[in-house]
Amino acid sequence: MKSIETKYMEERESLLRSLHNLDRRSFFKLSAAAGAAAVTHGVAFPHSFQPVRIGNGVESFRIAYISDSHLYERKLNDRFVKALLRAVDDVNRMDPQPDFVLFGGDLAQLGAPAELDLGAQILKNLRAPVRMMVGEHDWYLDLGEKWKGLFGAERYTFDHKGVHFVVLNSVVEEDFWTARKLTPAQRMGTVAGLDNGLQSPFTVGEEQRAWLANDLAKIDPNTPLVVFSHSPLYHYYKRWNFWTDDAEQVQAILEKFKKCTVVHGHTHQLLTHRIGDIHFHGLLSTAWPWPYAPEGLPELTVQMNRPDPFNPNDGCGQGEVHVDVDGLVDKVYRLWNRNPVTVSSEYMKSFGKAQKPGRANTPSY
Amino acid sequence: MFVASKQVVLLTAVAAAILAFNLLPRIASGGTSVQLCDGETRLALDQVPTTPAGGLAVANALMAEWQQKNPGQPWAMGTIQDPQERAKLQKQRYQPKQPFDNRTALGEGQKVGHPYRDFSERDIVLWEAETMRLVYEGAEVFHDAARLGSTIAVSCDMCHPDASNTHPETYPKYQTQIGRPVMLREMINWCIEHPVRGKPLAHDDPRMLAMEAYIYAQRQGVALQFGKH
Repeated sequence: MKSIETKYMEERESLLRSLHNLDRRSFFKLSAAAGAAAVTHGVAFPHSFQPVRIGNGVESFRIAYISDSHLYERKLNDRFVKALLRAVDDVNRMDPQPDFVLFGGDLAQLGAPAELDLGAQILKNLRAPVRMMVGEHDWYLDLGEKWKGLFGAERYTFDHKGVHFVVLNSVVEEDFWTARKLTPAQRMGTVAGLDNGLQSPFTVGEEQRAWLANDLAKIDPNTPLVVFSHSPLYHYYKRWNFWTDDAEQVQAILEKFKKCTVVHGHTHQLLTHRIGDIHFHGLLSTAWPWPYAPEGLPELTVQMNRPDPFNPNDGCGQGEVHVDVDGLVDKVYRLWNRNPVTVSSEYMKSFGKAQKPGRANTPSY
Repeated sequence: MFVASKQVVLLTAVAAAILAFNLLPRIASGGTSVQLCDGETRLALDQVPTTPAGGLAVANALMAEWQQKNPGQPWAMGTIQDPQERAKLQKQRYQPKQPFDNRTALGEGQKVGHPYRDFSERDIVLWEAETMRLVYEGAEVFHDAARLGSTIAVSCDMCHPDASNTHPETYPKYQTQIGRPVMLREMINWCIEHPVRGKPLAHDDPRMLAMEAYIYAQRQGVALQFGKH
């Protein structure tokens, strides 16, 4: 008896194999048909990805993202491993390849060295370079020791085609474990429960905020800025840490930038927010989707469909961030089993009046 | 001696003492034999205690005898946790909704003096405490991959934090994939078999009942909308 996931993966592999076997001409026919089908279904393709250089030195480019794979060891759980492999395959089939791939955090489920090693090994299969971000599931077994050994510093900045990038560790929790005499595994287990109220809220923390302010002091406010954080850098729902406690202080550091985008993981759902000139976008998970929280949903968010429990991997996926020559981004959610959803910079600029994504026909209860 | 605290030992011994009145034969002297929960240690009583203090004295005497027979043996399970401290942590962890406040049932009103519907503060406290005990038990199962029987370390809360998007108020409803209208417990079992990869629970399995209690409790105040998709 094969599980639904195994059967699904087999069918998918056989389909992909048959695509490989098509001769070149049939392949073009097929992709043209797929393009036409996409247009018929109202899927918006944001814009051409041809790099264009203009006055301010910003070129258009695209980044792929994969996030929240929550890996256990392969022998314990192959479901999440297969899901991450699927995302890696999907990104590797992008043509042209993205400039780099952001991994949005929570590579491991319980921060175990074997889980992180497995994740690192799988991500090595990506053809494009990978930029890593840390999540709480990677961190709270050994407070980042293994993760940093594999991937380096948990916060860093870099510049790419005229855009300044910042990667933060936004999952800094105040010590709740020492007083309760928890073991490292108990500490990790507590943080791993989204609805476990025995942990502390996420923060960026005073020291890291100072580091951020110092880094950004050198950057011209007209430079497009893209910040990656694991948790949303705003207040959505505290009980699930869909929240960064010192978000407002971080926003105060970012607000002088006229073109500022924050891309965050952790929430496993389509999520859109704007505060001043800061545009916020969520990331999909490869492991499982999360329901929308009972309160605090940002107004600009057009919900994704409530995932179908009978449809394996529904609500999961990966996606892209398209940076345009004006330094603003179109955010693409490639939901497996669904049409992709694009949240365009036009939608963000017009506060939701233009290019509104299609509504979900099964929103959250 | 697999008990969580000294207090619980004493209560267990008192409970055992009460049980023993029925279970053990009367002793020759005409008194009562009381047995500790180890099934061996016994004490003969001339008079059955009728006060809590008397019960505790019997329990203490039984415990002292056991400790004499088992010098230096640990008698409490792993981590000794104060039940009140445990309850506090459980509440902070799960933050469940509160059950209906039944204090409106108190007071004189149209009471006619017979026991039916003649409620006391004690009833109200008991109903709430026992109901919440079942809800917390459900929360524990819901968050515990091993107790759910998952073969891949997946528990319900991983997709349904605080039992969100479980919408118990929408059942019964027709599920095309199952081919008939289903109740909540059938969907719970579907999840246990598929994403959780375990074996379905009997519909009256205590874990199933407790999980239903937790899931319903989280929807306090939401109107029934059976059949809703």
